[in-house]
Amino acid sequence: MHRKATTALAVAAALGLPHAATAQQAAVQASSPTGENAMNPAVSVILNGIYSNLSQDPTAFRINGFTPTLGEVGPGVRGFSLGESELALAANIDHNFRGTLIASISPEDGIGVEEGTIQTLALSYGFTIKAGRFFSGVGYQNQIHAHAWDFTDAPLANKVFLGNQLGEDGVQLKWVAPASFYWDVGVEAGRGRQFPAAAGPAGPRNKNGVSSGNVFTHVGGDFGTGAAWQTGLSYLSTSPQDRTFEDPTGTTNSFTGQSRLWVLDGILKWAPNYNPTYTNFKLQGEYFRRKEDGDLTSGTTAQTGGFASVQSGWYLQGVYQFVPMWRVGYRYDRLNSGSTSFSAPLNAADFPILAAYNPTRHTVMVDWSPSEFSRVRLQFASDKSRSDVTDKQVFLQYIVSLGAHGAHKF
Amino acid sequence: MKPIIRVLSGLSLAIFAAPSIAALNIFACEQEWAALAQELAGDKASVYSATTALQDVHKVEARPSLIARVRSADLLICSGSELEVGWLPLLLTQSGNAKIQLGSAGYFEASQFVPKLEIPKVVDRALGDVHPSGNPHVHLDPRNIARVAEALTERFVQLDPANTDIYKARGNSFRERWRAALSRWEQQAAPLKGVPVVVYHKDMSYFINWSGMREAGSLEPKPGLPPTPAHLAELVERMKREPAKVVVYSAYNSPRAAEFLSERTKIPSVMLPFTVGGTDRAKDLFGLFDDTIGRLLATVK
Repeated sequence: MHRKATTALAVAAALGLPHAATAQQAAVQASSPTGENAMNPAVSVILNGIYSNLSQDPTAFRINGFTPTLGEVGPGVRGFSLGESELALAANIDHNFRGTLIASISPEDGIGVEEGTIQTLALSYGFTIKAGRFFSGVGYQNQIHAHAWDFTDAPLANKVFLGNQLGEDGVQLKWVAPASFYWDVGVEAGRGRQFPAAAGPAGPRNKNGVSSGNVFTHVGGDFGTGAAWQTGLSYLSTSPQDRTFEDPTGTTNSFTGQSRLWVLDGILKWAPNYNPTYTNFKLQGEYFRRKEDGDLTSGTTAQTGGFASVQSGWYLQGVYQFVPMWRVGYRYDRLNSGSTSFSAPLNAADFPILAAYNPTRHTVMVDWSPSEFSRVRLQFASDKSRSDVTDKQVFLQYIVSLGAHGAHKF
Repeated sequence: MKPIIRVLSGLSLAIFAAPSIAALNIFACEQEWAALAQELAGDKASVYSATTALQDVHKVEARPSLIARVRSADLLICSGSELEVGWLPLLLTQSGNAKIQLGSAGYFEASQFVPKLEIPKVVDRALGDVHPSGNPHVHLDPRNIARVAEALTERFVQLDPANTDIYKARGNSFRERWRAALSRWEQQAAPLKGVPVVVYHKDMSYFINWSGMREAGSLEPKPGLPPTPAHLAELVERMKREPAKVVVYSAYNSPRAAEFLSERTKIPSVMLPFTVGGTDRAKDLFGLFDDTIGRLLATVK
């Protein structure tokens, strides 16, 4: 027996095979990437698919009372559809920077860059700088990736004031105060590549310097034995030039002037003893108020005149996990078309989409997350975005993530 | 001084001077490392623990208050091995603090200083939430506490050389007290050798390995997935064929699954503190092991 083992070892040695102990070690080492692959960035993929049942024609979707943003604000297509897939790569570039690329692969439009940033790691005193393409820090929900939203679609206010979700090319500087509670102050300078700075075929402004500026601040902390809160205020200022929008009648109007948006946001999360495994609750709300003034050119009459508006909107949503894996949620949306004024030679009748109307929507959802990496959601909404009809919407959706374990913002 | 100025300066003191004047501002991800840091640094450190014994450290929100704490930290002590992967990376990137970034002296991963168990040969999410670099819950082997303590003392000296003598003296004192406690625990835990145990999550592996107990099953069907009725039913059947002697769960777990199995199989269940603060007796690291061993002996006998 002993001789046999020795012979086996000798044979193994002759063949250049590692013996048992080293073979085991090799197996252990093989589980972590070696060589050039060891420096591969963290890769993750988000897949999502939706079945939609819409009582009204989604191609005729509009939000009455508000300037169309030409963004993807509609409820999508009827029937089955593949949502946008996301491919994310992230790694520390060196000791100074971290890099992130998030590509969105849309079944219709091919590949787009949703986020592509470098972010500083080595600045001290609470400063971080982020540059590249990123979701603007205006409000709360705008910075959250769609796959992490608690409802299938964005709040109406995000749709009309930020064109669903504002992604900016630019630079963000943020400072976290050395306080016992959370307090940050930030500023963003951007190209204004999307609504409200730009929309339509004109695209972003063709100019040097900064076309879109945003400042924000947040404070947050804990209270009691399981609650955490954060509230923020942001101010987005842009000066759109020849920002076009199409009226449902088919004419193309354009706006040049100033657009200023204030957003007040708040989020409260609660879990017994800060342990969200069994039950937890999340309350989230935002209030938007926008002032625009400048010149509007009517596509019908080809006349230009003064235009000013003060409009607002808000939403409030609550999501409750009542047993492990199961959550229910309710969201209420309301927009207020506020005041709009046209000065001569313009006539309000030439802009039917801007006629006074206050859209509302009720949304309920239930979702099931068998693991941290998969979620199936059923959502119902009664959407009065259109002044003449109510759209009864049903969405059945799955969202899954593959690969590296993501970390989600508060 | 005008009253308004006095109020303002008082307010700014309250806001900005809050992090302590101790030499080292320490942010610990878990209670066990907070307790160890406090033992080893005494009043030379101000220690904050991000989590309590009632939290599941896999699932923690990157709350604003935690970002604020990391912002002012000189040293971050975490288990590592992807345990905090769902929240720690955000705290690091949001904090704007260069001192505690990966690769800096202020970044300390305890699991790097101990031999790891359960390094998977195959890594796939179909196996549950597995950790590619091994089981990260390293603190329940008392020998690991001693190993991490050595490394942590060195790190204190590196970060705060002015107090080298104090850290060395405290480190030596802790090592002696721990050695004495360890030989006591080895004797006390001797009857646990070979005892089959059903765990809730794979968070007891290092204790089982140290004490010589034998893992006979887990309430979670796969690591990180909550117990399901089907899995519990199967576990009941298995316990009828090969009964375990005890079912354990941690302070942060719901007792329901353990109680269910216990009722069906008449195998006693017991809640273990898991970390410092998990029970009244687990006030510090010594109490954690005293209580864990004590509760197991009382249940198994």
